[in-house]
Amino acid sequence: MGLAERILKGDVRAAARLMRDIDDDLPDAWHELKKLYPKTGRAYIIGVTGLPGSGKSTLVDKMVEIFRKEGKTIGIVAVDPTSPFTGGAILGDRIRMQRHSTDDGVFIRSLATRGYLGGISRSTHDIINVMDAMGKDIIIVETVGVGQDEVEIVNTAHTSIVVTVPGLGDEVQIIKAGLLEIADIFVINKSEREGAEKLEQELRVMIEMAPPRQDGWTPPIFKTEAVLGKGVFELIYGVSRHRNSLIESKKLDGKNKLRTKKHFLKLLQTRLLESVLGRMEEGETLDKMLQQLVDRKGNPYGLVEKIMREHLKSHLRSDHGGKGKTHS
Amino acid sequence: MPERKIRVLIAKPGLDGHDRGAKIIARALRDAGMEVVYTGIRQTPEQIVNTAIQEDADLVGLSCLSGAHMTLFPRVAQILRNKKAEDITVIGGGIIPFEDVAALKKAGIKEIFQPGTYTEDIVQYIKQNVKPRQ
Amino acid sequence: MEEREKLIAETKRWEETTFSKSVSRFPERKKKFESTSHIEFKRLYTSIDEREDDYIERLGFPGEYPFTRGVQPTMYRGRFWTMRQYSGFATAEETNKRYKYLLEQGQTGLSVAFDLPTQIGYDSDHPMSLGEVGKVGVAIDTLSDMETLFEGIPLDRVSTSMTINATAVILLAMYLAVAEKQGVKPEQVRGTIQNDILKEYVARGTHIFPPRPSMRIITDIFAFCKDNVPQWNTISISGYHMREAGSSAVQEVAFTLANAIAYVQAAIDVGLDVDDFAKRLSFFFNCHNNLLEEIAKFRAARRLWARIMKERFHAQKPASCMLRFHTQTAGSTLTLQQPDNNVVRVAFQALAAVLGGTQSLHTNSRDEALALPSEEAVRIALRTQQIIAHESGVADVVDPLAGSYTIEALTDEIEAGAAAYIEKIDAVGGAVKVIESGYMQREIADSAYQYQKGIETKATTIVGVNEFTITETPSEEILRINPEVERRQKEKLNEAKKRRNQEEVAERLSAIKKAAKTTENLVPPIMDGVRSYATVGEISDTLRAVFGEYEERT
Repeated sequence: MGLAERILKGDVRAAARLMRDIDDDLPDAWHELKKLYPKTGRAYIIGVTGLPGSGKSTLVDKMVEIFRKEGKTIGIVAVDPTSPFTGGAILGDRIRMQRHSTDDGVFIRSLATRGYLGGISRSTHDIINVMDAMGKDIIIVETVGVGQDEVEIVNTAHTSIVVTVPGLGDEVQIIKAGLLEIADIFVINKSEREGAEKLEQELRVMIEMAPPRQDGWTPPIFKTEAVLGKGVFELIYGVSRHRNSLIESKKLDGKNKLRTKKHFLKLLQTRLLESVLGRMEEGETLDKMLQQLVDRKGNPYGLVEKIMREHLKSHLRSDHGGKGKTHS
Repeated sequence: MPERKIRVLIAKPGLDGHDRGAKIIARALRDAGMEVVYTGIRQTPEQIVNTAIQEDADLVGLSCLSGAHMTLFPRVAQILRNKKAEDITVIGGGIIPFEDVAALKKAGIKEIFQPGTYTEDIVQYIKQNVKPRQ
Repeated sequence: MEEREKLIAETKRWEETTFSKSVSRFPERKKKFESTSHIEFKRLYTSIDEREDDYIERLGFPGEYPFTRGVQPTMYRGRFWTMRQYSGFATAEETNKRYKYLLEQGQTGLSVAFDLPTQIGYDSDHPMSLGEVGKVGVAIDTLSDMETLFEGIPLDRVSTSMTINATAVILLAMYLAVAEKQGVKPEQVRGTIQNDILKEYVARGTHIFPPRPSMRIITDIFAFCKDNVPQWNTISISGYHMREAGSSAVQEVAFTLANAIAYVQAAIDVGLDVDDFAKRLSFFFNCHNNLLEEIAKFRAARRLWARIMKERFHAQKPASCMLRFHTQTAGSTLTLQQPDNNVVRVAFQALAAVLGGTQSLHTNSRDEALALPSEEAVRIALRTQQIIAHESGVADVVDPLAGSYTIEALTDEIEAGAAAYIEKIDAVGGAVKVIESGYMQREIADSAYQYQKGIETKATTIVGVNEFTITETPSEEILRINPEVERRQKEKLNEAKKRRNQEEVAERLSAIKKAAKTTENLVPPIMDGVRSYATVGEISDTLRAVFGEYEERT
């Protein structure tokens, strides 16, 4: 039995293995993902992003507690950064959610970014699809932590939650990172700390001053003390309000289309690039070509055009012959 | 296709809260290019096994300094067997007397690393004995 | 001034001639000689290194502010440090026997080690206790275990130190209840509870509740003891464990004193007067390998604490400014390989603690890399202290190394390094904030990792481990905890539960819950609870329900 079949039968180990294969980009992974895809599209996806130390993991832990009481099954993807020097990673987000690891209704997976920028990993969306196919009602994605580029979560999630804490000068970070645009919900965690009121006011002002969103949604602000579980119930209510507003305004379909588009284009882009680069390696090495550019013996524009012509030509040729190189 | 990254779970079962060694190992393995799921202290054997399965870990490293290893380590190995996941390698370290090593190996712990072990030796052990599925 | 200029010139001459000549033929072993705190050791210290300060201000006299030279005027000429070997294992009966043995052999104070379930508020039959009962210390579930533990030991004539933190309030209540049964009044008992929850979050891991409610319990104990148990040391603010977790000597001082500042502030915030409780604060330090650094470390800690108490907290009484401390030799330096070497290590570490002016001392046994100490090994550890006390002569002079150019320079440097850390911690908002953010934990983990790398690259030599190794066959007879212990303890627990008045227990637990929800002092209702034979687990669970549990940060 293939992994996909086993997953659809509820085999947790098979699901974990497929996630690994996806993460490692094994050729067979696509084979299984194809089989699972028809079963996806049911789960509601919540992204949780915010600076390290803002308490995202604890918040997720408490959210899961409430969702479980409501009878919802949960998938969690927790992303941590890969060390650029060693290629390794310490994945520690689970620590704060470990009590759920013996709950059969919850599946937690830790991922390393593996050099992917954007706050999640390249494999995140596909792994979400696996959890979706497993039948998880809600999938929560906890991103690495916010930097300039780490806003990819908005392309994957239905509701994006941005978590801040008072006293860290977060307001500046939010503007810089473009989070104001992506946040569907703001959370001020550790709200017992000094500066919580001030931060809330500053956020409100920024939200009001920002150009009105296309979808007409005004992000609410919730104050929480995740460690004590305070304010989490209200936050969950806020998420369902957002979800309902998407459904009522018929925007949910549009959002799903956009998510699907971004995912599809990413897949296409990745494969095309792999294919082109793969072919290039057969002839002149990429390295040699790059050196020519550096020496101004050619230019990148002409080189791309050349590669495109050759790539299309060889594809037309190979259509009459064997299969493509990597994936079929 | 690049070499698959080794995924390891480092966990402390039971009540022992001394995590200096576990943290050092986690860091050393990360520096050796592995992905390390670190779940901290006070884990039950059930939590450890479920985590190993969900994370598709190639290896589980257990640390215990309180003398409870003879109860807790074999329990982890047993639950892995119950869940048909005995292909996940289990190793252990901490305060473990020589006399207990044979019994632990019999119970399914592949190797025990005692005080004084170099992190480099553990890295090499894992690289040589653990291969992600192909 | 003229003298100083002359000396500087002469030192230069010496470096350029005598020294230069020698080193060109025989270079020094390393390019740089550093302590654990990365303090660089100079080749030679002279009076040039002395600060211009007044002797009185910087060193003073033993028994007087700033206490650099010791907290008592006579130090060991009056009375040796307390030889207090930490012990406890398995059942209360066996521990009671070991205590009687140690007291017979000349130990002068008792030190109780509890097992992990007792420390973390689980009864011996709780699922989390599986495999842990009686392993690292004695199992105490109810007052009846405590009665057995001290059977035949007169609590008005011994001083007892209990290494207990999250559940300190419960065990203290039990101790007082046992004393009560012996006819000993609370004002007569002497001892210490460790009761230092902050370091648990940082380095030791036996916390239960989150920081804020834990601080409340601690200040309740301060207040209660001030009025009822005046000879009791209500806290032993610890650096030992943070050092064991890998911190440097400077960090050990800095983080310990930062935590101490948090406790003092918390007590002041609930209305206690600093001069009422400060004299009962005590400390617990590590004693590590580097003799010179360690001696200086203790002196630096004393001076720095005295200054903090006087200048920051405006303590008026001299006793409030005294840093009294217990020391334990560093467990993490004990090697599995060639265990007899550990006797030598411990001897030097103990010597450093004595030269540093400790009030009490625990020496580790040679077999502790593998297990709790056997009777023979622990006897040797005790003898080590006795030999230092009676044969080495170092106890016959107060603060004998004072004035050593090296020691004073190191003392100054460690004090400065620790003060800088404390300033940083203050800037962020204090120890509790810094612990919540994981800063202390990270600093310590970084130090630990670097140290390990040092061993593996042989930048640091550990005899028998990365140098001077032999092939060894394990032969040592070590202490094994009988697995029967767990079963027997569970039986005892059941029996104790059957014998007691269940209604009374329920009432008492209810009263504890009520007190926890208000600002009522928790000690009296907990005392009532233990008298009714409520268990450690039941009382802890009652508090868990109100306070919640701490969640680990990395």
